[in-house]
Amino acid sequence: MDSDLIVQILFAAVKTGTPLLFIALGEVICEKSGVLNLGQEGMMLMGAVVGFLAAYGTGSAGLGVLSAMLMGCVMSLIFAVLVLHLGANQVATGLALTIFGTGLSAFIGSGVVGQTIQGFQPIAVPLLSDIPYLGKILFSHDILVYASFTMTFVLMFVVNKTRIGLTLKAVGENPHAANAIGIKVLRVRYLAVMFGGVMAGISGAYMSLVYTPMWVENMTAGRGWIALALVVFASWRVGRIMLGAYLFGLASIMHLVLQGLGWSISPNLLAMLPYVATVVVMVIISADKFKEKLLAPRSLGKPFDPRQMA
Amino acid sequence: MKLKSLLVSLGLLAGASFVQAEEPLKVGFVYVGPVGDLGWSYEHDRGRKGIEEYFGDKVKTTYVENVPEGADAERVITQLAKAGNDLIFTTSFGFMNPTVKVAKRFPNVKFEHATGYKLSKNLGTYVLRTYEGRYISGVAAGMMTKTNTIGYIGSFPIPEVIRDINAAYMGAKSVNPDVKMKIVWANTWYDPGKETDAANALMDQGVDVMLQHTDSPAPLIAAEKRGLRAIGQASDQSKFAPNAHIFSVRDDWAPYYIKRVQAVMDGKWDSKDFWGGFHEDMLSLASINPNLPKDVRTKIDATLASIKSGEFKPFTGPIKDNKGNIAVPANHSLTDQELAQVNWYVEGITDEIPR
Repeated sequence: MDSDLIVQILFAAVKTGTPLLFIALGEVICEKSGVLNLGQEGMMLMGAVVGFLAAYGTGSAGLGVLSAMLMGCVMSLIFAVLVLHLGANQVATGLALTIFGTGLSAFIGSGVVGQTIQGFQPIAVPLLSDIPYLGKILFSHDILVYASFTMTFVLMFVVNKTRIGLTLKAVGENPHAANAIGIKVLRVRYLAVMFGGVMAGISGAYMSLVYTPMWVENMTAGRGWIALALVVFASWRVGRIMLGAYLFGLASIMHLVLQGLGWSISPNLLAMLPYVATVVVMVIISADKFKEKLLAPRSLGKPFDPRQMA
Repeated sequence: MKLKSLLVSLGLLAGASFVQAEEPLKVGFVYVGPVGDLGWSYEHDRGRKGIEEYFGDKVKTTYVENVPEGADAERVITQLAKAGNDLIFTTSFGFMNPTVKVAKRFPNVKFEHATGYKLSKNLGTYVLRTYEGRYISGVAAGMMTKTNTIGYIGSFPIPEVIRDINAAYMGAKSVNPDVKMKIVWANTWYDPGKETDAANALMDQGVDVMLQHTDSPAPLIAAEKRGLRAIGQASDQSKFAPNAHIFSVRDDWAPYYIKRVQAVMDGKWDSKDFWGGFHEDMLSLASINPNLPKDVRTKIDATLASIKSGEFKPFTGPIKDNKGNIAVPANHSLTDQELAQVNWYVEGITDEIPR
């Protein structure tokens, strides 16, 4: 395996990991507030189809992404009203959101099946892209990849170093205590859920505008579900989400590249790798002495009713 | 259309049966992908619409799309049988065992399974000779490659796919003795993202013309982006990649579906293992790119003509497998039954078949 090929592989891993990174970043913020949204796949599909429709209609990929973000936000609002205001079961509502999004996206996208658009083109970052190897791997992508880098670092800072991050974690850990010190729990949760929706929208737009610039039914093919596994894999830490997304990307690329090189490893075995990795991490972090480090928000999945005390 | 299929499945769930004035023949379809995949399932649905167009009010068709292979399929097929369908087409290899099981329980319903090999009294099978199209694809790829390396994105290592890989390679070899083929298994019939990754992995490794046995046009788009070439599969995929696209091998199921529906109406249906290709108009070359060099175009046309007339059969011996054994003896063409069991690569393919 020569160095060119390795660079190509790592470049592809970043690209493959990007939609996972976006959607998992959104989900981790949502979960940190104590809300589990299994509707990721549906929101992502809606983002993909609306992003494509907008870009196709206006000729602007930028408007496509904006529309996808808006659509993701609308989808998450439906979810938020149901689970936060009406106290619906989060798991069931999330699943319903996915089924709804899958069907609706197929329905509204049926008119543009088979159309193609000019998606985002790669932009080499001046200076940085001249760094040997790393320049190609990290700095010769399209603008959304750079946005995902930025978003990761901004979120790491916000969650770990700011008052906003503290508030978010307080609501996810113990909403009653947070409520008692005057935090508006529902408002925080609404915002977190909406942020998750916006990110799922971008993630979908990345699929339909950059990755495979087209719309076909169900084109996200389960990436929304992988994002949920990624959050657990990263044990609810933002920085690890990035690492995990690229590892998932790398594993799925390697599985294809090694075959082309004629390595006689069963492709089924390789296809399994990312999931095996998740299970292994789950087992390790679930062991007693690591339990404290498993940062699952304590109120994850539980509805909050300010009239009841913890 | 979506709404209709939703209503139909709701109807199935409720076990409702609709009473009609003059009892049209009810025909059900089970698809593995979405009808909007622009590939395999899309073409089967075009076949279904072909029936409706041909028979009008005399038939009533239903389809269920996106059905996972396995236990879910059995449930869906059972529901279609219970809903009073007289003839049910199940259109993916992985539906074979579920179809066999359900067929046993509903002896009065006729079943037809695409690409399988198990028959019973009320279960027939039908297969496209896609390998004929792959052979011509190989010829085109072998002439168009500048790196002498062509690529193939496989779905699952089943006889149908392995057969087509062999045909493609033999086609390429017949015009370019130095040609090599790289094979990547995507382990999916349909995942545009993964198909893109597979295409890029191949192109990173020097492949400049690609064939695929997965269903979305994603590999063509990936080839278009890099200025390389690819061949469309199942449906006309030219609009996705106006420059990269060499041609698409298009499936056309309508002629067969119409024939079988007619047979049920006439009470003449019997269980068969039917194979159709260019000769039966169930395959065609769609949108051959006008930018091909003249000699390539001439060769494509000539190969098509000789296959269509039946004069040339790709699997005619002597053919050796890649372990050096004689796979097809001289002067023998593989019978359909033998074709259904191809589980070896032809000489010159250096890979191993995944087990």
